[in-house]
Amino acid sequence: MGASQTRPEHNYDDLTDKSGFSQEQIKNLYQRFQQLSGNHEKISRDDLERIPALNNNPIRKQIITAFFDKRNQHQNDVGSLDEIGFEQFLMVMSHFRPVNSTATEEEKVTVRKQKLRFLFNMHDTDNDGIITLDEYRTVVEELLSQSGAIETEVARSIADAAMLEVASTNVPHMAPDDFYEGITFEHFEQILKGIEMESRMSIRFLDMNTATMRCGKLSS
Amino acid sequence: MPSRTVSHGASGRLRGLFLVMVLVFLDGSVFTVAVASSDQHSPITAHSGSHKATDHGSHNNTGKAFPVLDLNYENVRVPFEISLWVLLASLMKLGFHLVPHLSNIVPESCLLIVVGLLVGGIIRGTGETVPPVLDSKLFFYILLPPIILDAGYFLPIRPFMENLGTILIFAVVGTLWNAFFVGGLLYGVCQIGTESSSILSRIGLLQCLLFGSIISAVDPVAVLAVFEEIHINELLHILVFGESLLNDAVTVVLYHLFEEFSGIGSVTLLKGFLGVISFFVVALGGVLVGVLYGILAAFTSRFTSHTRVIEPLFVFLYSYMAYLSAEIFHLSGIMLFFSEKIAQILTDPKRLTQSVVGLTFIINKFRIVKLTTKDQFIIAYGGLRGAIAFSLGFLLNKEHFPEREIFLTAIITVIFFTVFVQGMTIKPLVELLAVKKKQEAKRSINEEIHTQFLDHLLTGIEDICGHYGHHHWKDKLNRFNKKYVKKCLIAGERSKEPQLIAFYHKMEMKQAIQLVESGGGIKMPSAVPSTVSMQNIQPRPSTKPAPERAIPQLSKNKEEEIRKILRTNLQRTRQRLRSYNRHTLVADPYEDGLSDLFLKKQKMFQIEKKLKEMNTYLTVPAPPPDSPTMCRARLASDPQAYSIKPASNKVPMIQVDLASPQSPDSVNLLDEFGQANQQEEEEQGLMMKPPSRPREAKKPSEEDEAKDQQRLMRCLSDPGPSADEDEDGAFLP
Repeated sequence: MGASQTRPEHNYDDLTDKSGFSQEQIKNLYQRFQQLSGNHEKISRDDLERIPALNNNPIRKQIITAFFDKRNQHQNDVGSLDEIGFEQFLMVMSHFRPVNSTATEEEKVTVRKQKLRFLFNMHDTDNDGIITLDEYRTVVEELLSQSGAIETEVARSIADAAMLEVASTNVPHMAPDDFYEGITFEHFEQILKGIEMESRMSIRFLDMNTATMRCGKLSS
Repeated sequence: MPSRTVSHGASGRLRGLFLVMVLVFLDGSVFTVAVASSDQHSPITAHSGSHKATDHGSHNNTGKAFPVLDLNYENVRVPFEISLWVLLASLMKLGFHLVPHLSNIVPESCLLIVVGLLVGGIIRGTGETVPPVLDSKLFFYILLPPIILDAGYFLPIRPFMENLGTILIFAVVGTLWNAFFVGGLLYGVCQIGTESSSILSRIGLLQCLLFGSIISAVDPVAVLAVFEEIHINELLHILVFGESLLNDAVTVVLYHLFEEFSGIGSVTLLKGFLGVISFFVVALGGVLVGVLYGILAAFTSRFTSHTRVIEPLFVFLYSYMAYLSAEIFHLSGIMLFFSEKIAQILTDPKRLTQSVVGLTFIINKFRIVKLTTKDQFIIAYGGLRGAIAFSLGFLLNKEHFPEREIFLTAIITVIFFTVFVQGMTIKPLVELLAVKKKQEAKRSINEEIHTQFLDHLLTGIEDICGHYGHHHWKDKLNRFNKKYVKKCLIAGERSKEPQLIAFYHKMEMKQAIQLVESGGGIKMPSAVPSTVSMQNIQPRPSTKPAPERAIPQLSKNKEEEIRKILRTNLQRTRQRLRSYNRHTLVADPYEDGLSDLFLKKQKMFQIEKKLKEMNTYLTVPAPPPDSPTMCRARLASDPQAYSIKPASNKVPMIQVDLASPQSPDSVNLLDEFGQANQQEEEEQGLMMKPPSRPREAKKPSEEDEAKDQQRLMRCLSDPGPSADEDEDGAFLP
């Protein structure tokens, strides 16, 4: 690759603090970043879309969007960016760090909330704080999109059923005329409390070896 | 799944039953082994001889006396006594559960062992000889396979695969270690603790090692019998159970190895090496055979959609043949059941996470979900020994092992100890240590959606990172699976169905079953009584089946009309179904006058249809039905369309269509409801027009009406596929 470390060493420290990655991991990720961006400073959506392995992924659009979503930058900002730098790249990646086994209960809860928040943001595309039925339907449709010709009816029914379930678990007693706006973050947490997010929503970052990265052959 | 837990419980008992049967037989045989082997034929011949003599005598005396009442016990003696024992054991089981406190303290298998002992004691006491008893053949070829097959069939694949690494390590390394350790220790004790001339010191190292290998194998049957009842959390259950199954390979190899060696009398390095090779042969060979047969079975099942009754037979036959084929080569019969099941179900291997104290320490380094100390203890404690160990001991050739009797006694002791002591105390220990119990919660559809979403997300992130991690490979395998394997092995439409939809239907089924079992009550699937209905979710009423909603009160005449129609249809359907099915349907609904009950039964029809749909979706052929509902479900008509030919002033015709490959789904059903909502023709009674295909925006008719139609639709028993319905491909992906 030959990409020289353009980042001075000392910047890594505050990156380590912010993202929680180790120096080693940051280095690896930086190399990957360079690869994706073609040695530029920033990555655009096209760069990510060029990754061939993502073609089979039914939700690749959402994933890519998530990288450019300001909400995932821990900065209480909204909107989306057109390009991201390494730091932002890292911040998004940090959502997928496994939680330390030495973490306290509180920390685990925070991490879990963070991860759930990431997920929530992926679904809540208009950023109104709730996942409406339409948004949910979109989620299910996207999920099933790779499975061949599916009638939208199916996806809608599934989404409807799921929504109903959320509503009934969280707001059990609704008068027939009430309208359930959508899934709030609290409800979202509630329905997913059976899944151990801290451990499930994480990938191993350590043993990335740039030498074996084959899918990085991007045509630029 | 209720039906599954029922059968699980039943099979747990079955296992216990087998366990005791084995023990009973073996006990009897051991205690009277000399008598049995030599005399077993003579008393029978003696009796029959005497019988014949008397017969002849009576013939001679009375000329041609015709025996009006003749006592011919000898012919049926063997089956009779065996059945008697089984009956006795079963009755004990029943009684066992009737005594409230006993079942909490003592696991079933303990009790059955006691029963066996009693019976054996009685037999011994009366001086009767034991009928041809269990020999190893009977055990290994007849008793054991169904147990293992049943266990393997219901094995939850996902946790098994997730923990496969751990299980393998426990099974292989753990058993090896155990065998050698125990064997060595035993030898040491024999040498040290006794004088040189006593019998114990004559036990050579090989014998000790053999003993160690026999005894170190955790017995899956025993484990199952006990673990079933303590409802331990799934992880531990699968670990212990999986390990007990996979260590069969190790045991078999070690056993044969040591047996060979002791026959030959000398151990060379070459032989040791060959032994190691043979281990791999045994293990992998077993797996291969299993996979082979599994593929065959899956392939066959592709064509059985028209003769569903045969399917269970195929499953059983293939499995059994695979077992026997493996036995030909001394392969591990048990191991191959798993591979077979795996091949049949074609699941995806989840990440290999990465088992008792030392191993777990190492293992824990690789696992993401760690095993705590508590877990380790339970795993160690759950290692029960059982009948397999005993029969292996029984198989020992007497010439090479003059101390066979001692071994057998020792084995029995160990078995008793583990089953009784460990079995009885494991439950309180589990409670004491507050080990996480099995979560009874079923997976909700939200969890399923988000789990899948998460899987894709993680795969995507891994791809972006350039990191070929678990998710990447898993995803690849999935796609491979879908693309090639499923196409070949699964018939038609089902192969293209995504997992989420299958899950959704399964869930619907569960809800439906729950509904029926709860007696048609207004029960939420999440067990949270709720008045939320689809109307709360969106301004337009959508298509949720009735269980979610408070069932409205129909007016009298509507009910009458409904009943009339249903009656006629039901009659026709039942007539047809009767001709196919031995099991009768639900009790004649006309005999009771209760409208509730009647409608409930209609719902049951519905559910059975759904069951049938479910079965056509899942790639696993349904397990041998334990209730008539399944039979009915299969033979019930394919609820292709809920539309009926519009015929004015005529009762809708319903045709029964058997198992057409084009299975619709309950989404279809839902949609029908949705369409039905649009019908404003309730004045015409029950005329249903075929719903128009794409769903338009539904205006809510007044709520009652909509609900009525819905209810009505639900209540229709067996809609037939109508010719003009262009259903095909409507919903199935």
